[in-house]
Amino acid sequence: MADISFVRTEMLPEKTPPATSVGLIGWMRENLFSGWFNSILTVVSLGFIYYVLAGVLPWMFQSSWTANSLSQCREAISAAHGEGASGACWAVVRERYLQLIYGFYPDHLYWRPNIAFLLTLAALAPILFSALPRKMLWLAVVAPFAVPWLLWGGSAWLPLSAALGFVLGYGAFRGVSQLNGSLAAIIAGVAAPVLWWMLLAGPFAALVQSILPVGIEPVESRAFGGFMLSITIGVVAIVCSLPIGIVLALGRQSNLLIVRTLCIGFIEFVRGVPLITLLFVASTLLNIFMPPGTNFDIILRVMIMVTLFASAYMAEVIRGGLAALPKGQYEAADSLGLDYWKAQRLIIMPQALKISIPGIVSTFIGVFKDTTLVSIIGLLDPLGLSNAIRADANWNGIVWELYGFIALMFFIFCFSMSRYSMFLERKLQTGHR
Amino acid sequence: MKKTVFLGALTVAGLAAGAAAAGTLDDVKARGKLNCGVTTGLVGFAAPDANGVWNGFDVGMCRAVAAAVFGDPAAVEFVPTTGKTRFTALASGEVDMLARNTTWTFSRDVDLKFEFVGVNYYDGQGFMVPKALGVSSAKELDGATVCIQTGTTTELNLADFFRANNISYEPVPIETNAEAQQQYLAGACDVYTTDASGLAATRASFEDPSAHVVLPEIISKEPLGPLVRHGDSEWGDVARWTLNALIAAEELGVTSANIDELAKGTNNPEINRLLGSEGNLGEMLGLSADWAVKAIKAGGNYGELFEKNIGENTPIGLARGLNAQWTDGGLLYSPPFR
Repeated sequence: MADISFVRTEMLPEKTPPATSVGLIGWMRENLFSGWFNSILTVVSLGFIYYVLAGVLPWMFQSSWTANSLSQCREAISAAHGEGASGACWAVVRERYLQLIYGFYPDHLYWRPNIAFLLTLAALAPILFSALPRKMLWLAVVAPFAVPWLLWGGSAWLPLSAALGFVLGYGAFRGVSQLNGSLAAIIAGVAAPVLWWMLLAGPFAALVQSILPVGIEPVESRAFGGFMLSITIGVVAIVCSLPIGIVLALGRQSNLLIVRTLCIGFIEFVRGVPLITLLFVASTLLNIFMPPGTNFDIILRVMIMVTLFASAYMAEVIRGGLAALPKGQYEAADSLGLDYWKAQRLIIMPQALKISIPGIVSTFIGVFKDTTLVSIIGLLDPLGLSNAIRADANWNGIVWELYGFIALMFFIFCFSMSRYSMFLERKLQTGHR
Repeated sequence: MKKTVFLGALTVAGLAAGAAAAGTLDDVKARGKLNCGVTTGLVGFAAPDANGVWNGFDVGMCRAVAAAVFGDPAAVEFVPTTGKTRFTALASGEVDMLARNTTWTFSRDVDLKFEFVGVNYYDGQGFMVPKALGVSSAKELDGATVCIQTGTTTELNLADFFRANNISYEPVPIETNAEAQQQYLAGACDVYTTDASGLAATRASFEDPSAHVVLPEIISKEPLGPLVRHGDSEWGDVARWTLNALIAAEELGVTSANIDELAKGTNNPEINRLLGSEGNLGEMLGLSADWAVKAIKAGGNYGELFEKNIGENTPIGLARGLNAQWTDGGLLYSPPFR
C-alpha cells in the first residue's frame, strides 16, 4: 500500500469538449458521418440533392416574366442566358394568375370573392382557435348565408329567407318539445325548415324583393373557375361533411334498426363508388333524369356529391375514434344519468373527435385535392384551366410552369391544414392515452 | 296514391321535355343567350384568353349563330365540355348546339340521335416523327412506338392502318395532348399520331419545329362539324344555314370589310338573297332579314375565320387543303341560297 505515489486530492476543472464534438463539426460527425456507412449515404444524398438543384434552380431562375408567348419566352431566355439555355416561362403565370385564381369571374367584382374568402377565414377562426373572443362566433353564424350571397350575388332576401328556415326549425323544435316528446320535436325541427326551403323560401324572397329590392349583381356559376372553384367546393365539402359524418357515425352505432341500416347502406354505398363516378352522375345522369330546362346548378350538384362522398369517409374516421374509446366512458356517462345527446356532447364526442383529428384532417386534405377531379366533367378548376391556357396558341407547349404554380398553391393550403391539425393535437394533448 | 303522384310528376316532366324540345329557337330567343358547347381548350379551335373571352375557329361558329339569332355575337354562353360529357350535355339540353371538333360519324348521327348540320373542318389522322428518324412515309414505321390518346377513334384508325399494311407497332397510351407532347419530346415514342390539325399545332409549339415532320399519309376521314339534337329541324336549319352562309359568303366574295356596302344591294341576286336585300330567306328561318349579314360580321366569312384562327399566318399555320372552296379544289360547297 505504501507504493502509492500519487493521489489526486482535488477535482480537476471541467475542460471544454474537443473541437470535433461541438458546434457544426460535432453536429455533422454525430448526424451525418457517424460511421462509414452513414458517411457514404450522406455523400450520395448530397450528390443527389446537388444533381436535382443543379437541374431545377437554373431552370427556375433563368426565366422570363415579361414575354407574351412561349416563343418570346424562348427568345428572351436565349438572349439573356446564351443560346441553348432552357428556363421557365413564368410569363404565363404573370399573364394568367388572376384567371387561375378567379376563373371567369367578372374582374370588376373580384372584391366579392376576396371578401367572401376573408369572411370564411374570420368565421372559421373562432372555431379553430379558442383563444379568440367568443363574440366572433357570430361571424360563423352569418358567414354561411353571406358567403354564397357574395359569390353568386342576386337578391339579398334569398339568403335571409334561407336563414329564416333555421329560425323556423328552432321555433318548431321548442314549440313541439314543450307539447310532446323529444323525438317528435326533432322531427318537427327538421321537417319545418325543409318544407320552408322547398316550398316557400323562394316565393317569399321573390315577394319581398319585389316590394323592397335589395341586391348585388348576380354572377352565374359558369363564371366560377380556378382556385375560387376549388376552394368553394372544398370549403363547403369540409364544413358540411364533419357534422354529417358525425351523425352518420352515430347512426351506424345506433340501436334503432332502420337508422342503423340506412347509415350503413349510405356509407358503404358511397365508399364503394369512386368520386369520379359520383361526379359523372352529377354532371350527366341527373341532366337526363331532369326535364330539359330545369336549372339545377352544376356547381351545386358537384358540391352535394363531393359533400356526400366526404361525409361517408368522415363517418368511418369518426367511428374509428368512437371505437377507440374505452367502454367505461360510455358506462360512466350512463351512470351519471346523462341522456344520449348529453352523453355524446359532453363525454363521448370530445374524446372521440380528439382521437380522430389526424384522420379527419387527412380526409379534409384529400377532399380538397379531390376537387381537381371536376376538370373531368368540364368545370374549369385550376387543372382544367391549365389545359384551357395551353389551348391558347401563345402558350401551347407550356406544362411545368402551370403545374408548378398550381402545385404551389395547393401545397400552401394543404400544408397549413396539416400544421393546424398538429397544433390542435398538441393543444388537446391531455397526457393519458 | 304515391304512385299516382310519381307518375303525374313523370308526365309533367315528359310534357315539359316535349315542350322544350319543340322549339329550341324559341327557347334560345326567350333566354336571350345561346348556350354553345365548346371544348375545354383546343389550340386554334377554342380557348379562353387572359380576360376569359373565348376565341377560336369553333367559337367563331357559335358566335355566328348567336349573331344570326340575336344580332349580337357576344350573346353566347360558352359551356366547356370534355370528350366524355359533350354528348350528354347536348342530349339533355344543357347546350343548344355543340361546336366542338366532333367527328361526324354514322353512329353519332343515327344511334346517339344527333344531327350534324355540316362540316366546318375536314380533318384526318396523321403522323409526326422527328426528322432524325429519317422516315418519309408512314409505311416505313414498322416496329415503331406510337404515342396515342386512349379512348378516341384515333386508336382504332391506327390499328386498322397498321394491320392493313401488315406492319407492327407498339402503342404508348397517353391521356391528353399536353402529355403526348412531353412524351414525344422526351423520346418515349418515335411517332405521335392524332388529327392533322392537332399535329400542326403541337409541332408549332416545339422549340425547333423544323426538326419534326408530319408524314404525308392521312389515314382517316375526320369531318368535324357543329351538331344539334335530333327532332328539332327548325333549329337545325338555323345552325346549318348559318354555316352555309359563312361558306357561301367566301365563295361570293362577301367579307366583313365589304359586307355593309354589299348589303345595300348588288346586281348579283344570290348575294342579295343571302344578305337579305332581296327575297325573304330570313323570315323562312324565323330570323330577321339581315341574319346572314350579322352572322358574317361576327367574325368574317369562312375564309376569314380560318385565316384568323388556324390559317397560315397563325402559329398553327394550317393550309386550306381540303377546306378550300370547291372552286379552288377543296370540299367546301354550300347549297345555293334561293
